Amino acid sequence: MSTDRKARIATVSLAGCFGCHMAILDMDERLIDLMARVEFDRSPLNDLKRFTGRCDIGIVEGGCCNEENVHTLQEFRRNCDVLVALGQCAIMGGLPAMRNAIMHSDDPLRDCLDEAYLSSPYTRNLTNTVPNDPVLPLLLDRVYPCSEVVEIDLQIPGCAPSGDIIHDTLIALLDGKFRGFERTELRFD
Amino acid sequence: MSGDSFTFTIDGVEVTATPGQTIMEAADAAGIYIPRLCDVEGLRHQGGCRVCTVKASGRSAAACTQPAAPDLVVDNETDHLNTMRRHLVEMLFQEGNHLCPVCEASGNCELQAMAYRLEMVEPFRFPGLEPCRPVDASHPDIALDTNRCISCGRCIRASADVDGKGIFGYVGRGIHRRVAVNGSDLAHTDADINDHAVSRQVCPVGCIIRKREGFSIPIGEREYDHGLIGDEGDSE
Repeated sequence: MSTDRKARIATVSLAGCFGCHMAILDMDERLIDLMARVEFDRSPLNDLKRFTGRCDIGIVEGGCCNEENVHTLQEFRRNCDVLVALGQCAIMGGLPAMRNAIMHSDDPLRDCLDEAYLSSPYTRNLTNTVPNDPVLPLLLDRVYPCSEVVEIDLQIPGCAPSGDIIHDTLIALLDGKFRGFERTELRFD
Repeated sequence: MSGDSFTFTIDGVEVTATPGQTIMEAADAAGIYIPRLCDVEGLRHQGGCRVCTVKASGRSAAACTQPAAPDLVVDNETDHLNTMRRHLVEMLFQEGNHLCPVCEASGNCELQAMAYRLEMVEPFRFPGLEPCRPVDASHPDIALDTNRCISCGRCIRASADVDGKGIFGYVGRGIHRRVAVNGSDLAHTDADINDHAVSRQVCPVGCIIRKREGFSIPIGEREYDHGLIGDEGDSE
């Protein structure tokens, strides 16, 4: 295999807030050195919507809250050699997973939608219905961490992970020398 | 040292103890850290969380309750024990709703700090139970978010033994065992913000919330943002 081929990285934000993608930019000027070694395939950073080829590393932000997220995540698994879950939402559901366990509710998703669109005193919803247009992706019963949907190779913790831990992990992966995280660098917040 | 003190070893280091001291008490006195969650200075030992499990001459024992004995050979920082401790901490995470990004205790939380120390990063082995537990915000100064409770019982012991009130207690059996308040809700107990049981050092997680104090120290500048739990003791 040619050694001067740039590694190909794809990224996506599923049920996340794009904070982890902002954290990728927190690598600051180290991005310039990184870009000498990698090129981005499908990613919101370059607005490519589809894979143009097989990727070495796929970076996933956010868990799965709807069927489109599941479809996208499965596509990433099919097209990426190493799949990385970036941040707490991808790892354990994060903030969106708060809807999995709403107090005293047997039907948390229904209660969540009712609160958002119908019953909250701050809601102005003239149709008084929960949006149900067919183009809207179907919501899942609960928010799933990525590892419950596909096989995940590596999880980078943090909300959002620091630019340092993302940079160090990516460089270690590119060098084929990833040996785990320094425990002093671990953060779940 | 009193005349009847004796020695034993922890990870090969000779430690002096007096009769009646537990392994953990002797270790703390010698500046050796043994991970723990349900044990905290100033409260009687419970031996509940088992994170302090050590090998005492080959047998697993909770260091906080197991008495030290002459010539005991204690293993503490071994891969095997730390892996087992990590599994215990993982199970505590999976039993409750521990969403660090939305918890105001993040950075001050001993459970989270223990996860850092024990390098809990892999995909979880165990399915999350995601229980639906109530939040009790009835008291004007204190709130309870029992989604984060790990049933360590520190508040129970602090309230009963130090405050002499018995505001908290265990209810239920087995997996259903929970910490509950002695009243219809917290406002109907004689809980007070100055109680030892609701002080910051008693609840290891973000279950007992002192209202209007949560973010007085910003995320990133909190107790365990500066170093691993237990490493403070090493520098003393």
